[in-house]
Amino acid sequence: MSTTEHTEPEKAGEEPEEEPVLITDADIDPFEGFAAAEAPKDAKPILTVDNLRMYFPVKSNGVVHRTVGYVQAVDGVSFEVVEGGSLGLVGESGCGKSTTGRLITRLLTPTGGAINFEGRDIAHLKMRELKPLRRDIQMIFQDPYTSLNPRHTVGSIVGAPLRIHKVVPEKQVLSRVKELLEIVGLNPEHYNRFPNEFSGGQRQRIGIARALTLNPKLLVADEPVSALDVSIQAQVVNLLQGIQQEFNVAFLFIAHDLAIVRHFCPEVAVMYLGKIVEIGDRESIYLHAHHPYTQALLSAVPDVKQAAIGGRRERIRLTGDVPSPINPPSGCRFRTRCPIAQEICAKVEPPLLQIGPKQKVACHFPGDIGHHPAEPITASLLGVDAQGNAVPGETAMGDDALNHPGYADTWYDLGTKSFGRG
Amino acid sequence: MSSSATTLEESAPGGSASGDPLLVVKDLKVHFPTGDGIVKAVDGLSYTVERGKTLGIVGESGSGKSVSSSAIMGLFHGTNAQLSGQIILDGTDVLTLSEDQMRKLRGRDVAMIFQDPLSALHPYFTVGAQIIEAYRVHADVSKKVARRRAIELLDRVGIPQPDRRVDDYPHQFSGGMRQRAMIAMGLVNDPSMLIADEPTTALDVTVQAQILDLLQDLQKEFNSAIIIITHDLGVVAEMTDDTLVMYGGRAVEYGKTSEILTHPEMPYTWGLLSSVPEVTGDTSAKLIPIPGSPPSLLNPPSGCHFHPRCAFRDKVPGDLCRTTTPELAPGNRGSTHLKRCHLADPEAIYQTEVLPEIAPDLVEQLGEKSGS
Repeated sequence: MSTTEHTEPEKAGEEPEEEPVLITDADIDPFEGFAAAEAPKDAKPILTVDNLRMYFPVKSNGVVHRTVGYVQAVDGVSFEVVEGGSLGLVGESGCGKSTTGRLITRLLTPTGGAINFEGRDIAHLKMRELKPLRRDIQMIFQDPYTSLNPRHTVGSIVGAPLRIHKVVPEKQVLSRVKELLEIVGLNPEHYNRFPNEFSGGQRQRIGIARALTLNPKLLVADEPVSALDVSIQAQVVNLLQGIQQEFNVAFLFIAHDLAIVRHFCPEVAVMYLGKIVEIGDRESIYLHAHHPYTQALLSAVPDVKQAAIGGRRERIRLTGDVPSPINPPSGCRFRTRCPIAQEICAKVEPPLLQIGPKQKVACHFPGDIGHHPAEPITASLLGVDAQGNAVPGETAMGDDALNHPGYADTWYDLGTKSFGRG
Repeated sequence: MSSSATTLEESAPGGSASGDPLLVVKDLKVHFPTGDGIVKAVDGLSYTVERGKTLGIVGESGSGKSVSSSAIMGLFHGTNAQLSGQIILDGTDVLTLSEDQMRKLRGRDVAMIFQDPLSALHPYFTVGAQIIEAYRVHADVSKKVARRRAIELLDRVGIPQPDRRVDDYPHQFSGGMRQRAMIAMGLVNDPSMLIADEPTTALDVTVQAQILDLLQDLQKEFNSAIIIITHDLGVVAEMTDDTLVMYGGRAVEYGKTSEILTHPEMPYTWGLLSSVPEVTGDTSAKLIPIPGSPPSLLNPPSGCHFHPRCAFRDKVPGDLCRTTTPELAPGNRGSTHLKRCHLADPEAIYQTEVLPEIAPDLVEQLGEKSGS
């Protein structure tokens, strides 16, 4: 709190210690600020999610609770997070982004699909097998007021993971807790206080300290700043960026604020009704979005720069509400609100097709705003005609070729309408 | 204070075809006596809003944004709050009214849309019943007529199948629909003044855009004045004619939105601008939070309330920031732009020290312009 100068970051040259057993010392100044995060180069994927599905049963009323349907909260989601990288998951409420986060931290057990963490499928591990995993994957929650136990002191909240996992002897727990509090910018002498003695931003720091206790390799941050005041949001985002640079933690960053995600995540996935509709690096998504939903989302964000021009920004208007995930629309789930939907969209579901070195889009008519193709580009790949009817003799490309996590070296080029290196 | 208020009345934006400001707030003070002393939640606030115009009030939590609006609604009757100053709504000083007189005004002439529609709507009554109640308090009509009016308004704010949804309970509505129902309730008596307290904070961007569209359409239709309380500067930029930046219970910058957001002159406004990323901005822009935390309203800092958190107080000669409260007065950019700051040439500091950090692309553009 003492320094308010905006100096250039000097830590860039410093390498984090090799295999740090415990995070010991860090000098993260949240007032310094960072430019938008860059993707680490040539990093291996630490998390690979393949065709992840989560269906919640819907029970009938009455004495016998029969299952009458399923909420398809997450339906066939595939993506990768690289070591020290961060993937942003955006979408409207109810699109399944938080459920995805809870599946990866295994607070929920998925209905189907694989979650490969460091080469091991953790999708169906038993409770006992999960305990060592919790060291590596931790979570930061949205609401700092309900995610801390009001009857526990900060010392016992942050120290709990150390005691449970017996990382350090009991005598050293307190000194370690103080270190962690210092890392997140809290006064270490406040370990004896209760959460109600802290402000919202400080509570979120306590939540971050707790998540850092076990030196995780992957942090799932579910709306970590949306409950905070604007000026405090920036402090917490800078703290998370500092932690990432210092300790090389990978982030799955779940948020609905597109501007914060753009700043924090070099790679972004856009979800709609349980599916990823577009995924790609920051430039592809924010400058060359090809899915009409991504384009609509981006055009709806109010922009401060508009003050110079006056009036509202031009935007793509979406009509209606998000359909029910119990009974989602056939074919493309976005078609009921899509401005460019055609007959094929109701009949065939578009695959998540790679259309650039780091961009995939699930749309029959992908293109920049105003330049969507007239004919569905996916028809030939799926073995159907332009109206979505099956063509005899034609076969669809297998799911393996179209719905895999990560990016392939070859992709479907929209200019030449064929697979190649672009 | 009053002199600056008159300056603004004269130079109010939009040329003022009607010429009469609907709401004039003059030197408003809302003080809460507590065991520890007096909490000065609002301390000398003045502004005007004209018919058909929108004012945006921005600031952190605890800056007095919501308290000042609650005062307009007369929500401090029967509490120990000490109010002084004037709130003149359409010629009537709201502060002199009794609770009975205020009840007649509230909802009819001035309505409020609250931030969290789930807690602002009563969970035990249907949405329709709550709108009907709000209508029948002020209009002597039968239940049947009121119900028709409720359906008509739900339709107007874009609720599908309003004749069926009118009998739904709030929990059966989605977040965006609840907010629309709140707006319908606020509009049921065609109020001339609408206060929207963080109307879109809890909503998704697409829904937010729909609600903002709705507010703008309704404003055109009814020529009502709107105050939007928000912390989203993007919403302010797109929706408002005037902007009022509040800090520690006082206005620190006030003027036309196009002025305030393009040529901010107060370090606190710079801080607000630099602590939020932009969705179209430069990716090398840094997020620079405002250091420290909002001031205690019990023992506010001496002099300029913002000085303990201000990175530019060294640029003011002497101890002025700590000892003397700056007046809300016009700066170098004319009478439509008031600021409460001692800095002599804030524009130069903003261009050379703040903009390069938060919007390097804008600096380049400016450089090209001056170079060519």
